[in-house]
Amino acid sequence: MTAAPPTDARPAQDAPPPGVLVPKRRGVEFSLLVGAVLISVYGYAEVGLARSGAVPPDAARYGAGLGLLALLAHLAVRLRAPYADPLLLPIAVLLNGLGLVLIYRLDLETPGDRAAPTQLVWSTLGVGLFIVVVLLLRDHRVLQRYAYLSVATALGLMILPIFFPAVNGARIWIRIGGLSFQPGEFAKILLAVFFAAYLAANRHALAYTGRKAWKLQFPTGRVLGPIVAIWVLSVGVLVLERDLGTSLLFFGLFVIMLYVATGRTGWIAVGLVLAAAGAFLVGSLEPHVHGRVQDWLDPFASIRAGDGPGQLAQSLFAFAAGGMLGAGLGLGHSVLIGFATKSDFILATAGEELGLVGLTALFLLYALIVARGYRAGLALRDPFGRLLAIGLASILALQVFVIAGGVMGLIPLTGMAMPFLAQGGSSVVTNWVMVALLVRVSDSARAPRPDMADTGVIAPIVEDAPVADGHVEDPR
Amino acid sequence: MIRYIRRAAALCLVLLVALLLNAARVMVIQADELDDNPANRRIAITRWGQPRGEIVVDGRPVTGSRDSGQQLRWERTYTQGPLYAPVTGYASQTYGTSLVEDAEDAVLSGTDPMLAPLPLWNDVSRGRQPGGDVITTIRARMQEAAFRGLDGKRGAVAAIEPSSGRILALVSSPSYDPGVLSGTGREVKDAWARLTTSPNQPMLARAFRQTYPPGSTFKIVTAAAALDAGVVTDPDAPTDTPDPFVLPGTRQVLPNEARGCEDASLADAIRWSCNTVMAGLSVKVGLEKMVEAAGNFGFNDPGLRIPSWVARSNFDTDMSPDQLALSSIGQFNTTATPLQMALVAAAVANNGEIAHPHLIERTTTAGGTTVDTTGRRTYRQAMRPSTATRLQDLMVRAVEEGTGTNAAIPGARVGGKTGTAQHGLGNTGTPYAWFIAWAQARDSAQPAVAVAVVVEDASADRTDISGGGSAAPIARAVMEEGLRLEAEGRGRGGG
Repeated sequence: MTAAPPTDARPAQDAPPPGVLVPKRRGVEFSLLVGAVLISVYGYAEVGLARSGAVPPDAARYGAGLGLLALLAHLAVRLRAPYADPLLLPIAVLLNGLGLVLIYRLDLETPGDRAAPTQLVWSTLGVGLFIVVVLLLRDHRVLQRYAYLSVATALGLMILPIFFPAVNGARIWIRIGGLSFQPGEFAKILLAVFFAAYLAANRHALAYTGRKAWKLQFPTGRVLGPIVAIWVLSVGVLVLERDLGTSLLFFGLFVIMLYVATGRTGWIAVGLVLAAAGAFLVGSLEPHVHGRVQDWLDPFASIRAGDGPGQLAQSLFAFAAGGMLGAGLGLGHSVLIGFATKSDFILATAGEELGLVGLTALFLLYALIVARGYRAGLALRDPFGRLLAIGLASILALQVFVIAGGVMGLIPLTGMAMPFLAQGGSSVVTNWVMVALLVRVSDSARAPRPDMADTGVIAPIVEDAPVADGHVEDPR
Repeated sequence: MIRYIRRAAALCLVLLVALLLNAARVMVIQADELDDNPANRRIAITRWGQPRGEIVVDGRPVTGSRDSGQQLRWERTYTQGPLYAPVTGYASQTYGTSLVEDAEDAVLSGTDPMLAPLPLWNDVSRGRQPGGDVITTIRARMQEAAFRGLDGKRGAVAAIEPSSGRILALVSSPSYDPGVLSGTGREVKDAWARLTTSPNQPMLARAFRQTYPPGSTFKIVTAAAALDAGVVTDPDAPTDTPDPFVLPGTRQVLPNEARGCEDASLADAIRWSCNTVMAGLSVKVGLEKMVEAAGNFGFNDPGLRIPSWVARSNFDTDMSPDQLALSSIGQFNTTATPLQMALVAAAVANNGEIAHPHLIERTTTAGGTTVDTTGRRTYRQAMRPSTATRLQDLMVRAVEEGTGTNAAIPGARVGGKTGTAQHGLGNTGTPYAWFIAWAQARDSAQPAVAVAVVVEDASADRTDISGGGSAAPIARAVMEEGLRLEAEGRGRGGG
């Protein structure tokens, strides 16, 4: 990557010193964005052609809207994060565009419920927040300062829905007027920030102090206590709200970040044992979850019982109908899944109409974002930035795995949104903010800037700081 | 920290591989099994996602399709549903298909590979062709004449062109409108429940799915057996049978409805329908030859298809002589479908040979290109040609001066045989009135039509029920239409 010449290197004020020529790759990002918008518009037109033999009348407007959003986001990146990873924004635009196509396509089957325009509004809001974050957050290390504010806000957001009525069995929604949103979605970013900040500050203490008992080095309660308390509290709240997907996500996030920060494999073992125990308890005590586990073990039981196929069976039928190449956009029947087709089960529509080939492409797009997040984590030198990048990327990876594995019968189904694809305002907005943060950390990772010492100390960025080899090897 | 980041990244890679392998498992390895799951609605949605092809009678479709706007989009409609129900059957989104709708479903629904422009086209394109059309052999005017003749009474009519085996009319009464079974709603379920529980059995295609004791019409089979076996060499010679006739090995006396049957000739026995003569002849022919003769007419054949399956007509193969005597006059365990008895008449009319009966002339693509044609095939050689010639004469005399005068048509040569079948415990049930016949225009080389009519009208006065009284006029009406159509056809062919 570094060997390639810069495509759009212009003489800049903060040009890197000779010999350390770092390409910005904004031109690559722009071309990829054009491609992403074109693919989305093509999908939109194809749905119309397949369904009514004509390109949808608003295809041009849809394309222009998506293109404008992409362009504004691109300009913000160009302005404030010129060294950001060029893949992140185009992949987010492509996934968001494809999600809009799939939701529009499902809208055609449900005349009473038009979700695509709403989703477009939320996407616009999401891109707006993306731009705001990229423009205003000049250095990700600023976030470290707000670790405790973050966790307080996160807990507050998560507890709030308890006071609102349950929707479809889960108390994860806040409804005000006609608007509803899922605060747990926002909480996951805040929690990742807190975990990153806390672990970055205390990772040595976590790894090297405390008692040693049977091969495991236990940190002192003073160090471990707060973070475990936060984690138990958040998972507990989610279990109360029956948002098991998100509690699973937080659990996985916590274990991964703890492992990356301390390098203690033992924590993973402890985490897995705890997770297994928790899952078993919830699975056997909570009827809602118990039903889902049963459904996972035997998706066709309800058919044999004469009650017709359940949601998971319908979802599997949809994937199977897609086969290798898919039925074609607009030509599948995934609407048979019924409830939550546009949200939790949107992947089934992708599978049925785009086939295994299309689904694999989608998974690889997600994998690329995750890989790029990890890459930024590797390249960064401050532990907070590293942990934040790993945390954000892991949230995406876990979320995709949990929901995709759920709707395809790999693991028991837990209600969760497929990032960018699924209908859901809170989810889209949150994902855009996550991508904005990844853009920010990847910019820091790739920028040929003198880095702060690897101490976690927060310092203002000096624009014309002298270049120094600030690379500090991992202390271990 | 770098090492642990790499390991965490490896974990993400493991998750990705798990997702991809699982996707391949569901979408490729298990795909066929999931596709074929009966609870998977996709097959039905695709199947009803386009209009079905039409079933055509006399160049006019008797079916149609209606866009319901529902998930199973195109629903079947029927013009003159009750009239053609025994031909078309139903194509219901809830209850499946029957009769021609079922037998030709692949063509009508567009899945038949022959409809595709190229071999294996449907497999490659994953699509289906527009539904093809099915052209039946039914003649609308004959079908209408038969339906009108039955006039809502319980009964059935089957008419065949003897030389080709083409089924010209296939009527069952009372009938039903198959259109009420299209679709998926509450009304469809109600209609199904009503139709299937009705004591009148409107959905029973009596013309080929219901067997009746054939009564005296079966005497044609017995006469053919006697002539073929050489038991009778001169139809006009006395047969040396007493009246009344005591069934062999019993003290039971077999009576006659007609008078003058003592020692009557075969000709008179056919003309006046003498039970005693025919019973006596069958005993002389013997069980083996009688079973063979009945088999040659198509009795005991469970495999006949037109292309829908036809109920098996029965002639017992293991009987005592008294049972054989009763069976040979169409009683005891002898049963026949109206179609089978039309084949008996057709065998006589066609010089002993029965052409395979068929209801489908040909099938075409939606564009009208022929996909398949039903050719003429021999079904059975029922009797020697000379026997057939003699029986033609005897049947003509039965119409001209015997029990079948109600079937006579001026200007045509008509042969017929009446039947009044006893049934029920101790013959307490209302008898079935039968008439089988064939008709040949004077100026034509061969008979145009063979027909069988059965009327099972419980409301009629018992004394009125006789083949000559109730059934023969219906047969005549059908044959008149058949002769008229043939004359028109010959006129067109000549002009």
